[in-house]
Amino acid sequence: MARHSEEDAGMAKAPPAARQRKKKPKENKTRTVHANILHDCAKGEENPNRHYANNKIKTTKYTVLSFLPKNLFEQFHRFANVYFVFIALLNFVPVVNAFQPELALAPVVFILSVTAIKDLWEDYRRHRSDKEINHMDCLVYSRAERRYVEKYWKEVRVGDFIRLRCNELLPADVLLLSSSDPDRLCHIETATLDGETNLKQRQVVRSFYDLDCEFDPLKYNSIIECEKPNNDLNRFRGYIIHRSGRRDALYKENLLLRGCTIRNTEEAVGIVIYAGHETKAMLNNNGPRYKRSKLERQMNVDVFWCVIILLVMCLFAAVGHGLWMFQYGDNRPVFDVLSPEGTNLSPIMSAIYLFLTMIIVFQVLIPISLFVSIEIVKICQVYFIHQDMDLYDEETDSHLQCRALNITEDLGQMQYIFSDKTGTLTENKMVFRRCTVAGVEYSHDANARRLAMYQEMDSEEEECMSHGGTLPRRDSVTSHQSARVVLRSQSTKSHRRTGSRAEAKRASILSKHTAFSSPMEKDITPDPKLLDKVNDCSSQMDFMRFHSQPMSQLPSDLSDIIDFFIALTICNTVVVSSPNQPRHKVTLTCSGQKHQFGQTSVRSKRDHLWTGLHNDVLPQLHSRLPLKSPVKTIEDFIKRFTPSLEQVFSPIPPSYDGKASWNLEEGELRYEAESPDEAALVYAARAYKCSLVGRLPDQVIVELPHLGKLSFELLHTLGFDSTRKRMSVVVRHPLTDQITVYTKGADSVIMDLIKPPDTGKRQKKIVCRTQHYLNLYAADGLRTLCIAKKILSKEEYACWLQRHLAAETAIQGREELLFESALRLETNLHLLGATGIEDRLQDGVPETIASLRKAGLQIWVLTGDKQETAVNIAYACKLLDPEEELLTLNTFNTNFSPFDIYSSSSPSSQSTPFLVHRLGLVIDGRTLAYALDKSLEDKFLAVARSCRSVLCCRSTPLQKSMVVKLVRNKLKVMTLAIGDGANDVSMIQVADVGVGISGQEGMQAVMASDFALPRFRYLQKLLLVHGHWCYSRLANMILYFFYKNAMFVALIFWYQFYCGFSGSAMIDQWYLIFFNLMFSAFPQLITGTLDKDVSAETLQQLPQLYVNGQNSEEYKPYMFWMNMIDAFYQSLVCFFIPYFAYADSDVDLFTWGTPITTLALFTILLHLGTETKTWTWMNWMSIAFSIALFFTVALCYNASCPACYSPSNPYWTMQRLLQEPLFYLLCFITPIAALLPRFFYRACQGTLFPSPVQLGRQLDKLPADIRRNILSLSRVKVGSPLCPKLPFLSLAKLWSWLDAHFLLVAGSGNIEVCF
Amino acid sequence: MFRVSVLQTTDVIPSKEKSRCGRVGGVSRSEKMVKQESESANRPDNTAFTQQRLPAWQPILSAGIVIPGFVLIGLAFIGIGVALLVTSRSIQVLELDYTGDGNGSPCSSCSQSTTVNCKCSLNFTLDTLFQGPVFFYYGLSNYFQNYRRYGASKDDNQLYGDLSYFTSPSSSCSPYDYDGSKNPIVPCGSIANSMFNDTFTLTRTVSGKTDSVPLDGKGIAWWTDYNVKYRNPSVTPLKNAFNGTVKPIDWAKPAYELDTSDASNNGFVNQDFLVWMRRAALPNFRKLYRRIDASGDYQNGLPAGNYTIDITYNYPVRVFNGAKKVVFSNVSWMGGKNEFLGIAYLVIGSLCVVMSVVMLIVYAKFKFPDEE
Repeated sequence: MARHSEEDAGMAKAPPAARQRKKKPKENKTRTVHANILHDCAKGEENPNRHYANNKIKTTKYTVLSFLPKNLFEQFHRFANVYFVFIALLNFVPVVNAFQPELALAPVVFILSVTAIKDLWEDYRRHRSDKEINHMDCLVYSRAERRYVEKYWKEVRVGDFIRLRCNELLPADVLLLSSSDPDRLCHIETATLDGETNLKQRQVVRSFYDLDCEFDPLKYNSIIECEKPNNDLNRFRGYIIHRSGRRDALYKENLLLRGCTIRNTEEAVGIVIYAGHETKAMLNNNGPRYKRSKLERQMNVDVFWCVIILLVMCLFAAVGHGLWMFQYGDNRPVFDVLSPEGTNLSPIMSAIYLFLTMIIVFQVLIPISLFVSIEIVKICQVYFIHQDMDLYDEETDSHLQCRALNITEDLGQMQYIFSDKTGTLTENKMVFRRCTVAGVEYSHDANARRLAMYQEMDSEEEECMSHGGTLPRRDSVTSHQSARVVLRSQSTKSHRRTGSRAEAKRASILSKHTAFSSPMEKDITPDPKLLDKVNDCSSQMDFMRFHSQPMSQLPSDLSDIIDFFIALTICNTVVVSSPNQPRHKVTLTCSGQKHQFGQTSVRSKRDHLWTGLHNDVLPQLHSRLPLKSPVKTIEDFIKRFTPSLEQVFSPIPPSYDGKASWNLEEGELRYEAESPDEAALVYAARAYKCSLVGRLPDQVIVELPHLGKLSFELLHTLGFDSTRKRMSVVVRHPLTDQITVYTKGADSVIMDLIKPPDTGKRQKKIVCRTQHYLNLYAADGLRTLCIAKKILSKEEYACWLQRHLAAETAIQGREELLFESALRLETNLHLLGATGIEDRLQDGVPETIASLRKAGLQIWVLTGDKQETAVNIAYACKLLDPEEELLTLNTFNTNFSPFDIYSSSSPSSQSTPFLVHRLGLVIDGRTLAYALDKSLEDKFLAVARSCRSVLCCRSTPLQKSMVVKLVRNKLKVMTLAIGDGANDVSMIQVADVGVGISGQEGMQAVMASDFALPRFRYLQKLLLVHGHWCYSRLANMILYFFYKNAMFVALIFWYQFYCGFSGSAMIDQWYLIFFNLMFSAFPQLITGTLDKDVSAETLQQLPQLYVNGQNSEEYKPYMFWMNMIDAFYQSLVCFFIPYFAYADSDVDLFTWGTPITTLALFTILLHLGTETKTWTWMNWMSIAFSIALFFTVALCYNASCPACYSPSNPYWTMQRLLQEPLFYLLCFITPIAALLPRFFYRACQGTLFPSPVQLGRQLDKLPADIRRNILSLSRVKVGSPLCPKLPFLSLAKLWSWLDAHFLLVAGSGNIEVCF
Repeated sequence: MFRVSVLQTTDVIPSKEKSRCGRVGGVSRSEKMVKQESESANRPDNTAFTQQRLPAWQPILSAGIVIPGFVLIGLAFIGIGVALLVTSRSIQVLELDYTGDGNGSPCSSCSQSTTVNCKCSLNFTLDTLFQGPVFFYYGLSNYFQNYRRYGASKDDNQLYGDLSYFTSPSSSCSPYDYDGSKNPIVPCGSIANSMFNDTFTLTRTVSGKTDSVPLDGKGIAWWTDYNVKYRNPSVTPLKNAFNGTVKPIDWAKPAYELDTSDASNNGFVNQDFLVWMRRAALPNFRKLYRRIDASGDYQNGLPAGNYTIDITYNYPVRVFNGAKKVVFSNVSWMGGKNEFLGIAYLVIGSLCVVMSVVMLIVYAKFKFPDEE
């Protein structure tokens, strides 16, 4: 939206535009696109499109010129940078300066330039990728040459005609004007945009629909008016104005978006509507998100404390200096230096000046390099998380993505997990399980057995794998075609699978690109009873059709069955494709209207690869009769529904000539659906020989047993939306010639729409029995869908159509009108039956949940599914335990008490109500609405907190986010939301950490997330291992930073007592300034990046260790102060040991100060050493490097330029020191003395009262078999009598701790329900 | 960070393998290879580094390691401490205060008056030989040579003999850069201006005969100061270099006449000047004045006898409650007399031992019940 105002501003600047605007005020709201060809000669001057952005993209932030000012400006947004620059500039004031001003600038300049270089590099990468994209080729129509010529993408302009070929990327948002496809369709793959892998159909603008010959840009003379650029991928509105003045509406179906790939269409021509940065893809492209982690918030508090300490120290010194000056009175000592004016400064004035000086001297206390170091460490952490093999999903060749870069440590501090169910806990791979038709249940036992077999096969095959044998290639579906398919598209990725993986896994790879069609989902064993009935029914219908009897004579139960399957087959948006060419749609063309039922033929496109099993392929595109589009106008309607209709639908016996080839091929048809349930249902129907064989915009071709192929004229499709929770198709039934509405949707909504049962006893019975079975299905954890139909009379239809068409053509509020229109249609339905689809749990979900729960994480599942389904899935994934008492909150009476509590508990717990201490809470969406009310949310939270697990069913996306927000804000806990679909986006955005599952439901969740995982089970390692590590590393590093700076600064502070509080430092200014930046910087970075307190294996096996991060145990507020105290103690030691060692000697300032610097360095590094848990060669190297660097710099510095570096000028100091034994004696004793207390404390703690993490570390050191023994014992919760003989004292400790902890986990959650 | 930005930008880059329809006809082997390689393009590298499996040493501070470690360190430190203490004890030091703030002290008259070159003398007796080499220091207390503005008040370039800084001293010397009539002061600055200007001679009275003790004033400053850091301008005679400049306000003589007896000990490379310019670290400090020339009777140090120090008393310290003293000391390998370091080693060493004993007790107490 911001772009609008920009553009307006841009237009205002250009005078012609301003004039134009005056003429047409409407210009502000819409964009008018003319064809460029008409204005080619005018060379842009008169081109009405000249104000629109061209297709050159520039995602870089800077140009060569603007880099410096702009980057600096951005960096100064960070307060710390301003502070340090201020201090550096303070040095230029002579009265207060402490260092050589140029030198004081060095650290700031260094930090700023490191950041700048990083920014520059990133920007350069962006520039390179921009350049690559801008220089891609595409075909643009040139008026001069009268043909399409190759141009770079960046040269494409709004209003250009471009020709697109198969598998080409779209360079801009293009309005489709022509397609080589006979149906005037163009298929696009939007994977790069929203990640959805199924193909989407786009239609040629209707005015160009009937164009018989190839589209000629020269003849184009229309004007397009459409919306201003916006980022809504699913919206495009506008109209095209023809020369004749006719207006045609434009829909999102007409627009091809930049970044999508053309598939299945050989050629398409379109006009560019939005280009470059104004394309929807670019407007949707937001940069990575920046959040502030909890640790960082805590750190900022302590930075603030550091500022306070700094000010106190400065104030102390200033007062001290004032007093020191005051004691001399008017007798100035010889060493006092008068002010440059030659006058004495009053003690007060000198104290004030000194205050400022001290701020400069003590500036190191505010760690300048902390922010940069944290950023570096986080980048490394993100790198390591990216690189983790365990988080890599081989099936999809995807690994974890960190989209937010600076909250890695938050992963280690999570307390609540909010999870979506479908697609997150479950595979979102739907398997048809059972159905009920007309009140009769068909249990599909054979199908259930088959599914069980698949599961067995999985485990068997995995076992085979573990025995090391590589099975021969079994990937029969793809392997024999791989040679041909390999280059066709990326959908053939699966061919590399060599069969050594479990079937299900292979299937999921397949399904990744051929949209939900694993064998498990496809091969459904039909229920014999139902199959018989279907056969029966269709043969009867065939008979009736043959004898021209009206179809209505069919027994109603049989007609329900056939209608049920027809509904399953056509009430969807499934696209049929052939596996040979996964991206090439199978098109069925009826050879003519007169042979609607008969001469059905399959026509593939002119493609070399099509193996062509059919002889009746129509050789030419244009020989076919024009297809009818869905009813779009009233005239159209009248024309089509005139009595001549009879002719069209005259019952002609079906010809079976094509059948043989069909059967051959049937198994190879693939269905690409937008949602996996749709595909599951279509496959289920196919098992009953009701196969969907083709889908065109205006008709659906279905093959039925005995009846052959039937073409249903598709009048309307009322797509699925989450509010209606159903979808409908309006078709004309070819057999009965009735206008029929098939509706499929959630049982809760469909049941309400069923025609009042008073109309017929049978229907009433069906509804009642179906409801019963629905409940059963839900209890089995199946997803239920109801199928219903409605027959419309022509009058009813005409009436509805009129308003629907009005809604369709409306420009304002079209969506709302269409929604209302759909509501009007979907009433008084006739219930056909219901289906139960199983959504299988993802691999390792129960284990992951169990282990996350052991880690002390509260897991809430928020799902849109119905309660029974959700509860059963919850049981399946061990979220709820059968031993738990279930607290169900459902509201029925809206105006009475908010909660009616149903306690449905297992019998065992009922008998011993006082022993129940484990509760599970189930709440549904309607009750949730009350629970989230301001007045009740506290009570709700109180209940929810006392429950071990919470399950919110039937919740809307908004409710999901509200629940997360409520928990996050009220309980002040760290929340993580994980989900995979668009309905989880708001929840993901609200939570502290949002995790998206890059699964099957597109990329919207991933786009909104901070971390994107390929599978749910990876969450375990991400949180328990990486989260723990990131947190403990950063927490320790931050604490160390504070310690280090305080320790170093305190040295100078103590010295103030011996130099009259004059701000003098015995540490040379070079060391003072570079100490943080260079000498002591690397080891802490290495430790902060690589240190592992406990090994990954132990962390995963002992999830309890995660509690460490949840309770912020590595970095508690008191720890900051403990570190400060330790820092002050250590600095006292480092100061006073040299002080007394050199007392009463002729030592000069820097000969005394340099050892102190060295000692401080040693102490600081040794301190890091005691805090480092794992020493790799990199740790050793970094420490050695630091020491070597210090001495090298010191020696070089002390040997160079005898007259420079005023005022310190420490010429040859280090060289002399290195010859003195005293220096080495100091180096021995001081660091040891300084670290003795900490070391002693650590040693005692490790032995006497070790923290769980320390025990985990001790466990790591044990030989593998003992460790396994202990861990397995801890898992089965055996009491201590069985405790094995442990080698160390600490292990006994560990044991008792584990024991206690288990009791604790089990015992948590007392019931405190009070209403 | 970088990775993610790349991910975003590649959203719209077509990968090479997405070939166009027209090229589909034949599949060349090489293209196939490319395809296969790129298929697992996202697979992370399986190296010890990227998988964070670098071999590592994991020290655990358990009693088993810490107790012997502490004992070892403690014993080593006690050993070093004893050695240091013994060494330090063998060093002789003789300190004589001559500030003259008490009525009975010999220099009290001088400390009261403002006379230039006021003379006073101190007597002391040595009963035994003061083992050589003997160093003769003067000491000042409560004197803040480390005062920040004082420390900055000099011009290194001038002291390096750069003539251009003679005429225009650095502003860091201010207000000791120019005198009242805008003549540049050389050497400028507060440090130079406040140079210690008491002088001492040492005489020994042996059986009524007064014998002047030979003092060596050469090489008392750092070699690098004398040869590198400070330089006289290469003008002969040296006096000419100072044309147009004035001596520091508090000085009695210009820099080129500091040592009339030795021409090479003048200007900025005068040893006493160099010693003074090396600022003391702490407010109580001593500075080397002379060494007892190890010749003749003084081969082995100062023999027993009665000694007199004749002092030319110039330097005022009583205004800032300072004190002046002379110190005789000999040195060991570890420098002057300082018992602190030895004691520190002993204390820390004992602490280590004590801690290890404490830990052993605690360890034993906690360990055995558990093991039963």
